[in-house]
Amino acid sequence: MNDLALTPKAPDVRLGDIIKLAVLAVGGQGGGVLSNWIVDLAERNGYAVQATSVAGVAQRTGATIYYVEMMPETGRTPVFALAPAEGDVDILIAAEMMEAGRAMMRGFVTPDRTTLIASSHRALATSEKIHPGSGIADSAAVRRAAAESARNFICFDMEAVAREAGSVISSSLFGALAGSGMLPFEPESYRETIRASGRGVDASIAAFDEARIAAEEHRAPKAREVDDAPEPGGVLPPAATPVEEHVEPEPMAGPEKMLGEWRDLSARADALPEPVLPFARAGLKKVVDYQDLAYGTEYLDRLDELLRQDRAAGGEEHDFDFTANAAKYLANAMSYDDIPRVADLKTRKGRDARISEEMRASDGTLVQVTEYFHPRAEEMVSLLPAGLGGWIESKPKLFAGIDKLVNKGRRLRTDRLPAFLMLYTVAGFRRIRRRSLRHKREMAHVDEWLGAATSRLPRDYAHATETLKVRRLIKGYSDTHARGVAKFDRVMSGAALVEGRDDAAAWTARLLTAALKDPKGEALDGALQTVRSMTTAGQA
Amino acid sequence: MAERSFKKEVEQLRIGAGETFRGEGILAITKALLENGVGYVGGYQGAPISHLMDVLADAEELMGELGIRFEANASEAAAAAMLAASVHYPIRGAVTFKSTVGTNVASDALANLASGGVTGGALIIVGEDYGEGSSIMQERSHAFAMKSQIWLLDPRPNLPSITDAVKHGFDLSEASNTPVMLQVRIRCCHVHGAFEAKDNVAPSLTVKDALSNPRRDTDRIVLPPASFKHEHEKIEKRWPAALDYIRTHKLNERFGPEKEKVGIVLQGGMYNGVIRALQRLGLADVHGDTDIPLYVLNVVYPLVEDEFIDFCADKDAVLIVEEGQPDYIEQTLRSILHKQGHPVKVSGKDVLPMAGEYTGQVMLEGIESFLVKHGGDLLPDRGRAPNRPPEVPDLSEVVPGRPPGFCTGCPERPIFAAMKMVEEEMGPHQITADIGCHLFSIMPPFEIGGTTMGYGLGPASNAAFDGGGERRPISIMGDGGFWHNGLSTSVGNAVFNKSDGVIMVVDNYYSAATGGQDILSSRAKNDTKATNNPISNALKGVGVGWVRQIDRTYDVGKMRDTLREALTTDHEGPKVIVASSECMLNRQRREKPLMAKAIKEGRRVERPKFGVDEEVCTGDHACMRLSGCPSLTLKMPDDPLRDDPIAHIDQTCVGCGNCGEVADTAVLCPSFYQADLVHNPGKTEQRMARWQKGIITWLQERRAGKRLAREAVR
Repeated sequence: MNDLALTPKAPDVRLGDIIKLAVLAVGGQGGGVLSNWIVDLAERNGYAVQATSVAGVAQRTGATIYYVEMMPETGRTPVFALAPAEGDVDILIAAEMMEAGRAMMRGFVTPDRTTLIASSHRALATSEKIHPGSGIADSAAVRRAAAESARNFICFDMEAVAREAGSVISSSLFGALAGSGMLPFEPESYRETIRASGRGVDASIAAFDEARIAAEEHRAPKAREVDDAPEPGGVLPPAATPVEEHVEPEPMAGPEKMLGEWRDLSARADALPEPVLPFARAGLKKVVDYQDLAYGTEYLDRLDELLRQDRAAGGEEHDFDFTANAAKYLANAMSYDDIPRVADLKTRKGRDARISEEMRASDGTLVQVTEYFHPRAEEMVSLLPAGLGGWIESKPKLFAGIDKLVNKGRRLRTDRLPAFLMLYTVAGFRRIRRRSLRHKREMAHVDEWLGAATSRLPRDYAHATETLKVRRLIKGYSDTHARGVAKFDRVMSGAALVEGRDDAAAWTARLLTAALKDPKGEALDGALQTVRSMTTAGQA
Repeated sequence: MAERSFKKEVEQLRIGAGETFRGEGILAITKALLENGVGYVGGYQGAPISHLMDVLADAEELMGELGIRFEANASEAAAAAMLAASVHYPIRGAVTFKSTVGTNVASDALANLASGGVTGGALIIVGEDYGEGSSIMQERSHAFAMKSQIWLLDPRPNLPSITDAVKHGFDLSEASNTPVMLQVRIRCCHVHGAFEAKDNVAPSLTVKDALSNPRRDTDRIVLPPASFKHEHEKIEKRWPAALDYIRTHKLNERFGPEKEKVGIVLQGGMYNGVIRALQRLGLADVHGDTDIPLYVLNVVYPLVEDEFIDFCADKDAVLIVEEGQPDYIEQTLRSILHKQGHPVKVSGKDVLPMAGEYTGQVMLEGIESFLVKHGGDLLPDRGRAPNRPPEVPDLSEVVPGRPPGFCTGCPERPIFAAMKMVEEEMGPHQITADIGCHLFSIMPPFEIGGTTMGYGLGPASNAAFDGGGERRPISIMGDGGFWHNGLSTSVGNAVFNKSDGVIMVVDNYYSAATGGQDILSSRAKNDTKATNNPISNALKGVGVGWVRQIDRTYDVGKMRDTLREALTTDHEGPKVIVASSECMLNRQRREKPLMAKAIKEGRRVERPKFGVDEEVCTGDHACMRLSGCPSLTLKMPDDPLRDDPIAHIDQTCVGCGNCGEVADTAVLCPSFYQADLVHNPGKTEQRMARWQKGIITWLQERRAGKRLAREAVR
């Protein structure tokens, strides 16, 4: 220090008295209500307070920010800032998990001072939803960053707390703020604030107290919320509505005789190697539910054959990864989505009870259910016996005539008899499904696919397994289904091109990922282009 | 009916001297207008001053008592033109709109107003939509003030300062015969604070009185030779008069020590940000008592030369804190110093950025680097109070963007779903968009519309393509834009030029994006306004021969077919589709309480909601790509064999019908079902339902007894 003459100044100690609080919310979440409550709470406790917001167009479902500063009343008006500054926020309330991430990215959460109060639930952004595969952001990454960036981190599903109390998230966020102990005010004065605001007071206070206690206890989020990014087949962070969890293996129901046969079949599945088991059990259940016991036997027969080949290719070393994947995707392939399947699911016992529950229909209300169907000739004709169906398809005029007849949107009231009976009858086609044109085609497709996979098994175990996974691309109905099949074919052709290379499996996986990137398959086109140039270059 | 009601807050506008007013900035401005004898008010809604219009509308009764006229103007141009009442009459008038877009529209009237000058105080309150939360191009209102010679006030962002600015704005306007612009930034509009109220004052001359004694003065009309005189008058009379007033009434403020070797010159609106930076640097206390001299420009145009020179006296360096670009103030102040050969060093856009908002961090760094350069010994030891932000975690690959979008159940969603289907079928089209909620179509999932040129200018901005070609150009315009400007500028002109284009008018019954204000074609009954004037009548009136009115936008099939027809018809001249359905936000606000009441009273009420059959959904997300509805979301299926999340409709669904319609029209899938909850059903209805349910259950049991199935049905 060369300026010995100078007395270095320190910031006004009272600056520490200013509490700086920011709320990051999604438009429509009630961030305005929350910030009004905080202002009222501060004034109630003899604090000078200032709140600002940038509402505007972001209120329409966009990310919004509210900012509050307060300090004990001194008799003179303090000068407060109008916006949060990086590294200068004491309490940050994020009304959604990714908004917590956004707050950190903006530098509003720092280890020296910030208490981060975040609801762990997700309100998905459009970009996450339109992805053909799974585009859901990684909550765990935000959580890890928060654990490092925040001085205190309070995080649980405040949306669920509010919902269970019949309130909205502003109440539980207010409760978590109280429970954090970061504001020097008594819980009762929070409650008074809620009472003074008028509407839905009891529910709001219930949500407030539940969240306050949760925050005081530093209640940790449920284990499944802490998992890493949702891997394919993994779990999502909690949705805004409870996702039913079936922890117990779900039982099968039916006549006693069939249940006996089912037990035998299950026992047969149980003999499969350990890594295959969870998939085979679920798969067996799926195909039997889809069709019948005989179909289940067919499934297991196929699995046994695949396992034999797997074993021959040294599958044991690979934990039978090939058969495990086959058990998964074969079950999906065998329970393809046709009209009888949809009709069956829409007319099953128990569906109306589920709908009433989901709609929270109170006693005495009627629930009228309308289905939106739009069948085309393709789906109808494919139900017919293979010979007849094929014949009709070969007569374009006849086919067009049928299409004219059936191809239109149909609204079916399945709580009423006529529509129900119609769907019930169509569901009955299940019994003749295995003779249908569609079934013949699907099985041919399965054979071809499994054939391609098994042929790769002796030479390249990983590539064979990746080939099985390409099946993931087949989903949807009508045009979406056709696009899925087209993508499947293209990825399979790419997989054939790379066959024999050391990195064949990696490339096939890459092609699959590309195919899931966008609906039209532009990324896949690019990836295929690379594969083609690579393989031809290899030949040259 | 606006989105937010201020009926409760408006009661506070009645308080008088000795009482304390508490509330938002815009509400305080309204109160100040009443305290200063305003005779008429008007404006056009738009963030951040939408609520000011809503407050005025809700305060119409109170204003009526005081003899104040309130007009909801057709546009910002109309609002500015209304200030003509202050040209010849000593009546105070105030109008408000968002800036700079509103000022752009108003600039013709503003220039005429400023040329002739005013007798009564004329105040233009502009909501400066700049920086975070802004929805428009980033420009400054400052340029308008300079070009037309309108005084520009930029008060410190607290309630006492802005209400003071209203008072002085009127006085200054009258003292200098010049309209005055009062600029309030986004956060200032929404800042919650308090000020000491005064009694409301009725205008000494009301507009009604003025009608009985009309006045005119040819010298004040913008036409030669008067127009030439006006320019001289601006410089020779009005400018000096304004400077006099500003000086005498000390509109600009000085804070901090008189003598110090550095100082800061700042726009009033930057005051809190500057103080916060000084507080963090240890140079100001919580009450804003600062060690660095501040010269706060509550009037940023005109600048008072001698005040500034006086502030610079004995200083080594001054910092100019001026947000936005170009740096008009800095240029002017530098020019003043240069002309005088003044030795003081000037910093500004060298330590602070030329473009962008002056956020907390920007201000801190800018002021710190200025002090390091010019007043190093003043800076406290930063080591004792480190406030460098640590590394920010990089979550850019993780956190998805969340731009604003259509609300749950928005009636505009099906319009764009239909448009996207037509594009799938016929290929991409040249499409222009307009201003309003419908502009969210440019974002995923729709990605429709290439430009937005201004309010009501959607169709006009397709004029170059209107001659026709292989595929017709399409333009989109909202009902707000239609009445603001679009009827004449866009539609009338398309008729006149025999445009081959297709115009989609999105009619949601309100000026919805700005908060649901009523407009000419609103279908609500409004006691003080004439509503229910159909857009289609206006279209026919200006000579559109091909008009299709769709009264339920959720009918996606009809939307698609009508659009297809418009794109293929042989009709010569513009093809206009009016797609009408009520803004869901407003509809819910209107219907929810009524419905709750009806249910409580035992009346029959049907409430629709949508659901997804989990096992029918295959997780291809095709429906999402035609929706983007917040309530249509994803969840992971219970089936461990499935890889991808499936569709799920959450509790916020309002049952608009878009999901089902889209699934049907685009032939997507049968996963959606609509469940209508019938509250208080009739006796016959109940009997019928019971009877049918009995048979259905029997059939279900029968089948369940003959097969194996999982117990749960998802």
